[in-house]
Amino acid sequence: MEMETTGAQPGPANSGNGVRAPVTRRAQRRGWEQVSEHVIELFIRLCGISAIVFVFAIFFFVFREGAPILPRLDLWKFLFTPYWYPTSLGQARYGVGALILGTLSVTALSMALAVPFGLGAAVFVSEFCGHRTKEALKIVIELLAAIPSVVWGFIGLTVMNVAIQKVFRVQVGLNILNASILLALMSVPVIVSIGEDSLKAVPDSYREAAFALGATQWQIVCRVLLPAAKNGLLAAVLLGVGRAVGETMAVLMATGHAVNIPHSIFDSVRTLTATIAAEMGETAEGSDHYRVLFVIGILLFSITFLMNLAADLVVKGIRKK
Amino acid sequence: MTKKMQFTRDIRLGVMAAFAAGLLLPGCGKSESKGGGNKATVTIIQNIGSDTMVNLAQAWAEAYGKIEPSVSVEVSGGGSGIGVAALINGTCDVANCSRKLEPEEVEKCKARHGHEPKEYLVGYDALSIYVHLSNPLNEISIAELGEIYREGGTIDKWSQLGVTLPGGDEIIRVSRQNNSGTYHYFRETVVGKQSDFKLGSRDMNGSKDVVELVSRTPNAIGYSGLGYATKSVKILKVSKKKGEPGVTPNIETTWDKSYPIARPMFMYCPGTPPPQVQKYLDWIASDAGQAIVKESGYVPLPKK
Repeated sequence: MEMETTGAQPGPANSGNGVRAPVTRRAQRRGWEQVSEHVIELFIRLCGISAIVFVFAIFFFVFREGAPILPRLDLWKFLFTPYWYPTSLGQARYGVGALILGTLSVTALSMALAVPFGLGAAVFVSEFCGHRTKEALKIVIELLAAIPSVVWGFIGLTVMNVAIQKVFRVQVGLNILNASILLALMSVPVIVSIGEDSLKAVPDSYREAAFALGATQWQIVCRVLLPAAKNGLLAAVLLGVGRAVGETMAVLMATGHAVNIPHSIFDSVRTLTATIAAEMGETAEGSDHYRVLFVIGILLFSITFLMNLAADLVVKGIRKK
Repeated sequence: MTKKMQFTRDIRLGVMAAFAAGLLLPGCGKSESKGGGNKATVTIIQNIGSDTMVNLAQAWAEAYGKIEPSVSVEVSGGGSGIGVAALINGTCDVANCSRKLEPEEVEKCKARHGHEPKEYLVGYDALSIYVHLSNPLNEISIAELGEIYREGGTIDKWSQLGVTLPGGDEIIRVSRQNNSGTYHYFRETVVGKQSDFKLGSRDMNGSKDVVELVSRTPNAIGYSGLGYATKSVKILKVSKKKGEPGVTPNIETTWDKSYPIARPMFMYCPGTPPPQVQKYLDWIASDAGQAIVKESGYVPLPKK
């Protein structure tokens, strides 16, 4: 709707400018502009709806591929046992309990690392540093976001693996800690840029008022800005979580890829996404293994859906107060 | 004002046209270079499959390209499972496989193409057991390997094998992803055909990754092709039963079948191959082709 009003503005300006232009030409131009206006509006509307269409199409496809095995799948065993033997000749078992724990543990630890750093950096960039430092920092942080995940995985496999072995004196450096550090580094840029945006959106009058009351800069940040930017900051954190849950290549390389119920952060694990990535390529189409991988897809879909829903509810709850 | 608008519109159109041209151009370029560059058309042989064999297949392809410039062999790896899938789907000319085709896979191929796939034995691989250089262990039996890797197996500490390692006692098992031909072969010969692997092994996606991880991990044990041996890992002697002398994997022990876990490497064609492909496969079986098997660290076919 806003598009229409801004789009109509050149109209009056034109008629004011081109007083001497022949009436017919002006009418023609109006007609053309009206048509283009409609076309553009239609196009924009399509863009808006397409997101919904795509989400449903993807869900439909994933569900259609996975659904045939659902009646035969013992959901309790599927979700809560760690026995993942999809290609067993004796007794094929599909338990993703260990994979779910793998995903959860890696995500949780990476967020424990990324959220303080990300939000701290957002506050610093938005409130504490000078203009030049700010620009430099933003460019570098965006650069961090541009590193492909397979490169992160490579760093995890070579540099971090050896570093963790040496620093913590553990046997294998490919573990939860390794993957979490990588994921934290990958999701910090997301958290910083969205967090900074939402802090910037807090009106300056808030800062000025607090300052006038004699608040120190730190008091302004934690008593005024953080509560005011709560929604945006929560969105930033959740986007970071989404990045961590969905990441595949880096965790495939850095977790050690072992079906294992973790007992410490130095245990190797395997995540849901990495399992799909490693096994989808070669399963025969239509086989049970193939279908179960799609069921894992549905599971991932549900996890992110529930998380977004929870976030929405939380944000709404905050607004009501 | 209107002129300016017109101008921006022109620019937009120009940009779009440039994009469209950019999309179209690479397509044109390709077909031209293929048809017009060489006088004789280049025959492309698609060669997909086993990760164990991928280095070898690449070496063959490069050497053959020098002898026969009119043929280009395009090699990609991924695992025997990928090769078999490509064979069944008809998306490759030659599939590499580090195990024999399963009867049901042959049936699928028959159903798809109307005849059985043609099998070519191209060499052998001695599946080697790798440990870290610092590991004092020198040999291991098939039964012990089974206990280490099998679900419910009793060995999970190095002290049970009679060695003490400074880093810790736990055996860190390095394995392969479950569509790998090496994984299947290892399960069939060591773990037991109807049994499964113990959970918690580090499942690597490539033969090279196994050796790489073992070389960095003092307490690890892993299995991979002999062609991937490096100086930074130790290869164990393997005995059929505890008490029997262990056998080092090499050409002689593979030929006289004293090394217990040596396996044939195959190439498969969906049906009778076209003459160019047949010529390539004949060349692989020739002395020149087999010399490359030896150079790559694998075991060539015994001389008749």
